[in-house]
Amino acid sequence: MGLVRRWRATERAELALGALSATVLLLIAGMIAFVLVNAWPSFSHNGLSWFGSGGDVNSELVDIFNSPGGRHVYTLHAWPLLFGTLLTTVFAVGLGLVFSVLTAVFIVEFAPPSVSRVLRPVVRLLAAVPSVIYGLVALLALSPWINDHLVSQSFKLQVNNIVPIGGNGLLLATVVLTVMVTPIMIAIIVDALAAVPRSWTEGSAALGVNRWRTMWRISVRTARPAIAAGVVLAAARALGEAIMLAMVSGSFGFSPNPLDGLHFFVEPVQPLAATIVANAEGLSSKPFAQTIYAFAAVLLFSSAALSLGGHLARRQVRRYGTR
Amino acid sequence: MAVAHPEAPTGAAAPRPRTRPVDSSASWPLRDRVGLALCWAAGLALCLICAAIVLFLTVKGLESLRLSWLVEHPTADLDQSKSGGFLDPIVGTFLLTAVGMVIAAPLGVAIAVWLTEYARPAWLARAVESGVEIVAGTPSIVLAIFGLIVFSNTALGFLSAPVEGASAFGRSFLIAGAMMALLALPLVIGSVREALHALPGHLREASYALGKTKATTIRKVLLPAIRPGIATGGALGTGRIIGDTAIVIVLLGGTLQIEGAGGLPILSTLRGTGQTLTSYVYNNSPAGEGNAPEKAYAAAFVLMLVIIALNWVVDRLAKGQEGITWIR
Repeated sequence: MGLVRRWRATERAELALGALSATVLLLIAGMIAFVLVNAWPSFSHNGLSWFGSGGDVNSELVDIFNSPGGRHVYTLHAWPLLFGTLLTTVFAVGLGLVFSVLTAVFIVEFAPPSVSRVLRPVVRLLAAVPSVIYGLVALLALSPWINDHLVSQSFKLQVNNIVPIGGNGLLLATVVLTVMVTPIMIAIIVDALAAVPRSWTEGSAALGVNRWRTMWRISVRTARPAIAAGVVLAAARALGEAIMLAMVSGSFGFSPNPLDGLHFFVEPVQPLAATIVANAEGLSSKPFAQTIYAFAAVLLFSSAALSLGGHLARRQVRRYGTR
Repeated sequence: MAVAHPEAPTGAAAPRPRTRPVDSSASWPLRDRVGLALCWAAGLALCLICAAIVLFLTVKGLESLRLSWLVEHPTADLDQSKSGGFLDPIVGTFLLTAVGMVIAAPLGVAIAVWLTEYARPAWLARAVESGVEIVAGTPSIVLAIFGLIVFSNTALGFLSAPVEGASAFGRSFLIAGAMMALLALPLVIGSVREALHALPGHLREASYALGKTKATTIRKVLLPAIRPGIATGGALGTGRIIGDTAIVIVLLGGTLQIEGAGGLPILSTLRGTGQTLTSYVYNNSPAGEGNAPEKAYAAAFVLMLVIIALNWVVDRLAKGQEGITWIR
C-alpha cells in the first residue's frame, strides 16, 4: 500500500511539473498564433507590397488610424521601417562583432589580471544598464553634439520639408545600439575562448607560434560557432530594442539614402520596434491595431528564428566541448 | 633530498633561472603587435564608455537630485519645481518586480526541474525548450502589445480597472507583472538548469540509495543544493524586470501616482495603475511628454544605483559556482 502511494506521489510530481511546462508552452504558442491572426488582415490586404517601398509610410499610418468606420484602410508600404530596422541591426552587430572579438581575446589572453578583473564587471554592467538610461544619455549628451558638429545647416534647410534632420538619426542609433549588444557577444565569445582545450594552444605554442597567432589561428577559429551564436543573439537583441531606438532614432519613417553621402548617417530612421512604441496608444482603432500587430508579427518571426538559430549554434558549440 | 641540483644557483645574489620563457610581444612581427594594440584599445574603450556613462549620470544625477524627491508623490504641474518627486515610481518599480518574480520564480524553477530531471516525453521537452528560447528572444514590446489585447478581454477584466464600454482597461500591476514574468522566465530557467546540471551525480544516487523517491530527492536534496543557482536566476530576472520600459509604458497605465481600482486594500493596488522608474525616466526625457531633464537624470541615477547594487548581488551569488555563464 505504502509503496503504491509513494509511487503515486512521484508520478504526481512529474505530472504536475509536466503539465505546468506544457501550459506555459501552450501560452507561448497561443501568443504566437494570436499575434499572427491579428496581423493577418494587414498582410492579406497588401500582399507582398507590404514589404515594398512606395508611398509615404507616415501618412499611410495616419490614414489607417483615421480610416472611416465600416471601411477599413490597410494600404501600407512598410519598407522604410524594415530598412531602418535592417540598417541599425546590421551596422550595430557588424561594429559590435569586431569590437567584441577584440575585447574577448583581450580579456581571455592578453589583459593583465588587474585589467581583466576590472573589465569583466564593466562588461556585465554595460549589459545590465536599462535601455532607457542609454536612451537618456544619448538623447541629452550625444544628440546635441551631433546636431551641432556633424549636421550642416544648409543640408538641414534644403531637405526641411521632406525629412527633419537633427541630432537623432541613424548614426546615434547605431552607436548606442552597438554599445548595448556588444556585452552579449563578449560574454559568449569569452566563454568559448576560455573553453578551448589548453593542449591545443599549448601545442601551437610548442611549435614556436607566438601568443597572438596562437590565439587567432587556434582559439578564435575553434570558437567560431560561439561567435556565430553571439552574432545571432545580438541581432535578436538589436532587432527587438524598442525604447532606446524610439528615443534616439529620429522616429520618422524614412529610408536613408546612401547617395546622400555622409548625410546618410544623420538621416532619421524608425525601426519596427520603435514604431510600435510610438503608436502603442492608438490600438483602439481596429485596422491600426492590426497593422501594429503586423509589425509585431514580423519582429516576432525574425527574433524567434534568430534565437532558435542561436540556440542551435550554441548546442553545436557544446557538442564539441567548447561552450 | 639534500643533493643540490648542479645548475641551481648557489649564492643568494644569483638570479633565479627562468623555467618558462615568456613570449614577449616585443619579438612579434609588426602585424601581430598592431593587433595586440587594437585589443588593448577595444578593452580600454569599453572601460571608458562604461565610466563615461556612470560618471555622467552620477554628476548630472547628483546635480539635480533633491532628497525630498525620494519621498514626494509626483503631481502634474507645468512648473517643474512643483511637480513633486518620484516616490510612486520607486514604489511602482518594487511592486511590479515583486509581482513579476512571484510568478516567474516558482514557474521557472518548476519548468527547469522538469526539463532536467524528467523531460518525458522527449518531444514535449524539446518543444518546451524551444518555446522558452523563443520567449527569451521575443522583444518586450511585442510581449507588451500582446498583453494589452489579451487582457483587454472582458473575461479577464477582473485583473484591471473597469472602464466605460465593453472591454476592460487592460492595464494594471497584475497584467504588467504577468508579462514581466514571461520576460524573466527564461533567465530563471537558464540559471536553475545550469545549477542542476552542475550538481555531481552522486548526490542523486546517494538519495536513491537511501530509498528516497525522485520527488523527495528533488524537494529535499536537489532544490536545497541549487539555492545559489535559484538566487542567481532570481536576481538576473529582477534586473531584467527593473530595467524594462516597453511593458511598463504599454501595460501599466502611465498614471503619475499609483491609483487603486476597487475596494479591497491590496488587490485594488494590484489592479490599479502606476508607473516605474524606467517609465518615469522615459516620460521626463525629451522623448516623452514631461520633458523635465533634471527629473529624468535624478530618476535615472537612482535606477542606475539599483542596477549596480543588483549587479553586485549577482556577482556575489555567482562566485564559487561553476558553469554559470556571466551574462544572459
